[in-house]
Amino acid sequence: MTPRRYWVLSMKSSLLDNKDFWSGILLAAVGVAAVVIGRDYPFGTALRMGPGYFPSVLGGLLALFGIYFVVKALRNDERIEGNWSLRALIGLPLSLVLFGVLMEHAGFVPALVVLIFGSAASGTEFKFVEVLLLTVALTIFAVALFIWGIGLPYPLLAGL
Amino acid sequence: MELFDHLFFGFSVAVSLQNLLYCLIGVSVGTLIGVLPGIGPLATIAMLLPLTYNVSAVSALIMLAGIYYGAQYGGSTTAILVNLPGETSAIVTCIDGYQMARQGRAGPALAIAAIGSFIAGTFGTFMIALAGPPLAEVALKFGAPEYFSLMLMGLIAAAVLAQGDMTKSLAMVALGLLLGIVGSDVNTGVPRFTFGVTELSDGIGFIVVAVGVFAVAEIVSNLGSPEEKRAVFDTKVTHLFPTLDDMKRSIGPILRGTGIGSFFGVLPGTGPAIASFASYMVEKKIAADPSRFGRGAIEGVAGPESANNADAQCKFIPMLTLGLPASGVMALMLGAMTIQGIQPGPEVMSQRPDLFWGLVASMWIGNLMLVVLNLPMIGLWVKLLKIPYRMLFPAIMAFSAIGVYSVNSSSFEIYLTAFFGVLGFVFMKLGFPPAPMLLGFVLGPMMEEHLRRAMLMSKGDLSVFVTHPISLVFLIVSALILVVMVLPAVRSRRGEITD
Repeated sequence: MTPRRYWVLSMKSSLLDNKDFWSGILLAAVGVAAVVIGRDYPFGTALRMGPGYFPSVLGGLLALFGIYFVVKALRNDERIEGNWSLRALIGLPLSLVLFGVLMEHAGFVPALVVLIFGSAASGTEFKFVEVLLLTVALTIFAVALFIWGIGLPYPLLAGL
Repeated sequence: MELFDHLFFGFSVAVSLQNLLYCLIGVSVGTLIGVLPGIGPLATIAMLLPLTYNVSAVSALIMLAGIYYGAQYGGSTTAILVNLPGETSAIVTCIDGYQMARQGRAGPALAIAAIGSFIAGTFGTFMIALAGPPLAEVALKFGAPEYFSLMLMGLIAAAVLAQGDMTKSLAMVALGLLLGIVGSDVNTGVPRFTFGVTELSDGIGFIVVAVGVFAVAEIVSNLGSPEEKRAVFDTKVTHLFPTLDDMKRSIGPILRGTGIGSFFGVLPGTGPAIASFASYMVEKKIAADPSRFGRGAIEGVAGPESANNADAQCKFIPMLTLGLPASGVMALMLGAMTIQGIQPGPEVMSQRPDLFWGLVASMWIGNLMLVVLNLPMIGLWVKLLKIPYRMLFPAIMAFSAIGVYSVNSSSFEIYLTAFFGVLGFVFMKLGFPPAPMLLGFVLGPMMEEHLRRAMLMSKGDLSVFVTHPISLVFLIVSALILVVMVLPAVRSRRGEITD
């Protein structure tokens, strides 16, 4: 698998891209949040478990996993590899959100055009003419399949 | 014999025009995405699931199952012709399959892969038909404590046996369980973790999580790694039929591969990749001349290809009889059943025999379709390989978005999908496998319900889980799995296998 690299750096800077450290922080945060929020729900007794029982147990369990990974991070320095592909990480969810907004206010076709174009633009290679053709072709295909074929009840164009 | 009555009934369901059509669509789509790297059966089933709402439950499941095992076929085609595993299950097939293709024997390699898969698929069908009824009968006697322990065992086994870091898998199971209980509590109506959002009071949509994690996050991850150059093997595939010698060499590996695959199939967490790898190792070990392996030995194609197909079929056994998903795909199938209003569990077989036996029979028909359709159409599938990923992923995004939106016509679920895409990618980066989370997510509400019922039954006494013998057995097995895996000796060996 991946070779483990040991870095003779100060603890602080090495934790910043330490896989286990962030795993632990993330899990512990979710776990603690679940326990804290779960305290608002009746805990109940073992006999009649309230809605707070199961979430509290799971939250506690997640927090324990979190602590385990943080401790592991202090001894074991496994780095986060590769790049974060930020362009895609921001572009794809953003395209989805725009799709959601446009489905409500502008109709199926504009929503789909923006989604396909936006997704393609989030990729590493972007060829304008090709993306344009792809958008047109996919949109026509989707309208034919989903609206005319399967009969999903969405307007192609809604009043703007 | 009762077995044949059941199977006959199943075939009568499966050969209706509509079901045959859905089976055909399923295996065709499956082959297509099997050929295309970068999209697997999980993402495909997740995004096409919403489109099956208006279809009958039997047809829907027949199609989704077809996608699943069809993908195994497609994956091996590209492994042999292009040295590129379309699916993880075909990684081993690359070794000798591609060598055979380079020696001009692509035809026999493809044919033996198809024949082996078909034999394994047939055996798998019989296995489900044979093992299903007795298992379901036992499971019908289960009460709440047994179910809770069974689910716990299933989750632990799935997390531990899956590839990658065991602790991370277990943490993902816990996270999935937690996500599963978001929404109004069934017993008291108290909204949990809804943050005042009305859309969340029914819980997080199953499709939302699956599409977010398996489609969106996967695409982000793929875009982060540079696209591989695919050298498509352009020589025409001729001489499809294997020689008599090929057949003689293959029959043993096919049968052994089928056995190995069936064994791994019923184990939770082990994907078809492990079954095919195990089969390859066995064949190499018992071969008279192991040096032939890696240089185009047909045994190295026949065994693993049979094993991964047998594995894929037998994964249905715990899902159909116990309602226990053994893999991510099975969690999706379970979700599909729930969406259709069918409560998964041992009752499915008696209450919906058409569903159970129809699905089982359709898998055999689907395997036959794959052999008949795929071999003559190999040229077409290979041409599809030339579609670059940059044109493929916007299409996946479009299908996913339409699929998610069509469930409730809710934009909120689209935003939530985007959120799970980001979350899934962060977890991938940190080395957490996404499948255990989905298993936990599907089982979460059921586990809580069984836990509550068990506690009511025993008047709050936790010992109910150990005083019920079947439940005790499940707990002991769970503990054993955990203990064995923590032992350092096993750990290092496991590292060798999964690397």
